[in-house]
Amino acid sequence: MSNFSVTTPSKRQKWVAGILVTLYALITLMPLVWIIMTGFKSSADSIAYPPKVIFSPSLEGYVNLFTSQTRLTSEQVATTPPPATWYDKLVRSHQMVIVGPSRFGQRFLNSVIIGFGSTFLSVSLGTLAAYAFSRFKVPIKEDLLFFILSTRMMPPIAAAIPIFLMFRELGLSDTKLGMILLYTGVNLSLAVWLLKGFIDEIPFEYEEAALIDGYTRFQAFYKVVLPQAATGIASTAIFCLIFAWNEYAFAVLLTSGNAQTAPPFIPTIIGFGGLDWPAVAAGTTIFLLPIMIFTILLRKHLLRGITFGAVRK
Amino acid sequence: MAEVVLENLSKSFGDTVGVEDISMRIPDGAFVVILGPTGAGKTTTLRLIAGLEAPDQGDIFINGQSVLALNPAQRDVTVVFQQYSLYPHLSVRENLAFPLRSPLLKTPQEEIDRKIKEVAEVLHIEHKLDNKAVELSGGEMQRVAIGRALVREPNIYLMDEPLSSLDAKLRAELRIELKRIHQSLGATLLYVTHDQIEAMSMATHIGVLQNGKLVQFGSPREIYNNPVSQYVAERLGSPRINVLPADLFGNAPKGAKTIGLRTEHIVLGRGVKGRVNRVEHLGDHTRLHMSLAGNDLIVVMDPHNPVSRGDTLAISPENPIYFDANGIRVL
Repeated sequence: MSNFSVTTPSKRQKWVAGILVTLYALITLMPLVWIIMTGFKSSADSIAYPPKVIFSPSLEGYVNLFTSQTRLTSEQVATTPPPATWYDKLVRSHQMVIVGPSRFGQRFLNSVIIGFGSTFLSVSLGTLAAYAFSRFKVPIKEDLLFFILSTRMMPPIAAAIPIFLMFRELGLSDTKLGMILLYTGVNLSLAVWLLKGFIDEIPFEYEEAALIDGYTRFQAFYKVVLPQAATGIASTAIFCLIFAWNEYAFAVLLTSGNAQTAPPFIPTIIGFGGLDWPAVAAGTTIFLLPIMIFTILLRKHLLRGITFGAVRK
Repeated sequence: MAEVVLENLSKSFGDTVGVEDISMRIPDGAFVVILGPTGAGKTTTLRLIAGLEAPDQGDIFINGQSVLALNPAQRDVTVVFQQYSLYPHLSVRENLAFPLRSPLLKTPQEEIDRKIKEVAEVLHIEHKLDNKAVELSGGEMQRVAIGRALVREPNIYLMDEPLSSLDAKLRAELRIELKRIHQSLGATLLYVTHDQIEAMSMATHIGVLQNGKLVQFGSPREIYNNPVSQYVAERLGSPRINVLPADLFGNAPKGAKTIGLRTEHIVLGRGVKGRVNRVEHLGDHTRLHMSLAGNDLIVVMDPHNPVSRGDTLAISPENPIYFDANGIRVL
C-alpha cells in the first residue's frame, strides 16, 4: 500500500491510535476500578489518606450491604452465643450483631423487574409502532412522528408534579407496575424513532416475497422483518435498559417502601451508621453487573447497530 | 399449471399510468415474454397478476376463476424478483424451503429435502446450500431466487428480469435452463425483460407494451416479421431496425413516411450509394456503420469482406416494412 492509502494505516498511525484508545480506556475505567476496589476495602482503608492502592481485601462492605446490624452493649456481648459463620465473626469484631437481611436484595430485584419489564414493553410496542409508521399509510404520519419526538424535548422530570399527582390518583404510586409504565412512556419515543430507522432499511420486497411464498402479513413481519431487525432491536433494548436501570429522580419521587429501585436505595446506606463507603461501593458494583452482562451478551448487535445504515450494500 | 386471462386491466399511480386497458390470454403451458422499455408497465402487469397491486379496473382470471378477491398466497403464483429476492438472514437451504414450509403448503420434511436436492442440482448450487444467502455472488443469489420459485408447482411462474444482474455466460446458461424447465414441467411462465435475445430464444408468445398499453401480442416470429408499428419493430432485432425516409429508395406505398430495414432486408451492390463510416469486426460477422444521404444505418456483412472506412457501397431494400407519420405499419 502506498503512503497515501485510504485503507491501510501506517505503522505510526496505528501506534498513535492505539495509545489514544488505551489512554481513553484508562480514563473511563478508572472510576470503575476505584469503586470495585473500595468495595473490597475495610472501612478504615476506604477513608485512608493518602488513598491506599495496596490493601488487604475484606468482604466487610458486602456483608454490611446485605445485612442489617445492631450495636451490642458489653453485657449483651457476654450473653450472646459465639459467632457461627464467617460473616457473623466479621460483624462481631466491630461489636455489632446481625439482626437480619438488609433491604438491598429486595431493592435490587425491584430494579431488575422494573428495568427489564419496561425495556421489554418499550421494545415490543416500539417495534410494532415503528413497523406501522414504516410500512403503512398512517394519516398525519409526519405530525405523529414529530409529536412522539417532541415528548423528548424537555427533561422528563419537568413533568414530575403532574405525574406524581396522576400516580397518586390512579393508585400507581410506589408500585412496580407504575414504574414500568412510566419508564416505558419515557423510552417509547426513543424506541419508535430508532426502530423506524432500522425497519425503513429493510426493503419491503422481502415481505412481498414472503406474501407470495404463502405467508400472511403478520407471518411475514414475524419471520422476515423481525430477524432482520434483530440488530436494531438489540441496540434499542440496551439504550432503554440503561435509562430505566439508572433512573434516579422519579424513583426517589414516586417510590418508597414497596417498589423502590436500587439507585435511590444505595445512597441511603450512608445514613445507617456513619459513612460506610465499602458498602456503597459494593452496592454500586453489584448494581453494575446486570447491565454489563446484558451489554456483553448483545455487544455484537450493538456494534453493528450503531454503524447500521452507514454503508449501503 | 393454469391458463391466465387478463381482461381490460388498468392501474394508475396518481397521475402516472401503470397499465391501461390490457387484455391478454396466457395459454396453459405458454412461455409469455413481456417486452418494453423502462416504465412501459411490464412490472406493474406482473405485480397485478401476483396480487401485490390491486387493479383500478378490469379482472384477472386464473383457471377461469376471478382472483381479484384473493391475496398473493391464495393465487398460488411465484415471483422471481429482479433483486432483493433472498432472505438475508436464512441459509440457501432455508431460503429454498421457505415457500414449502408456508402454512399454505405445509410440506413434509422428506418432501422438502427431496425438492431442494432436485432444484439445487438443476441450478448447480448443491455446494452452497448451507451458506448464508448474503455470502453468495450475484449470479448464485439469482439462481437460488429462481430455485425458490421452482420448488413449488404454482399456477404460473412470474419472472421480473431475473437474468438482468448476471454476466453474459451465466445468462446464456440460465436461458437454456429456463427453457428446458418450461418444456419438461409444462409450466406457464410470464417473463418480463427488455432483452430481445431472451425474448426470442425462450418465448412461445411475446407481448409488447408501450406506455402501459399492449400494442401487439403474438409468436416471436410474428412480432419480428410483422410488427404493427415502428415501436414494436424496434423492440426486436440486433442491430436495431434501420429507419430511413420512405422516399429514399423510391416505390414507397401511399401514406408511408419511413421505411424500416432490418439488416436482412438490405441487398448490397446496387441501388443508392452510401459511405462506410466505421467497420466493426465482430468475429462471425462484420457490421458497417454507413451514412446514406445524411441518414445513419447499420449493415451486416460476412467477416471476410475487404471493406474499409471511407469506401462507397450501393444499397437497395428487399421486402422492407413501411410506417406512416405516426409510426404505424403501412401495408
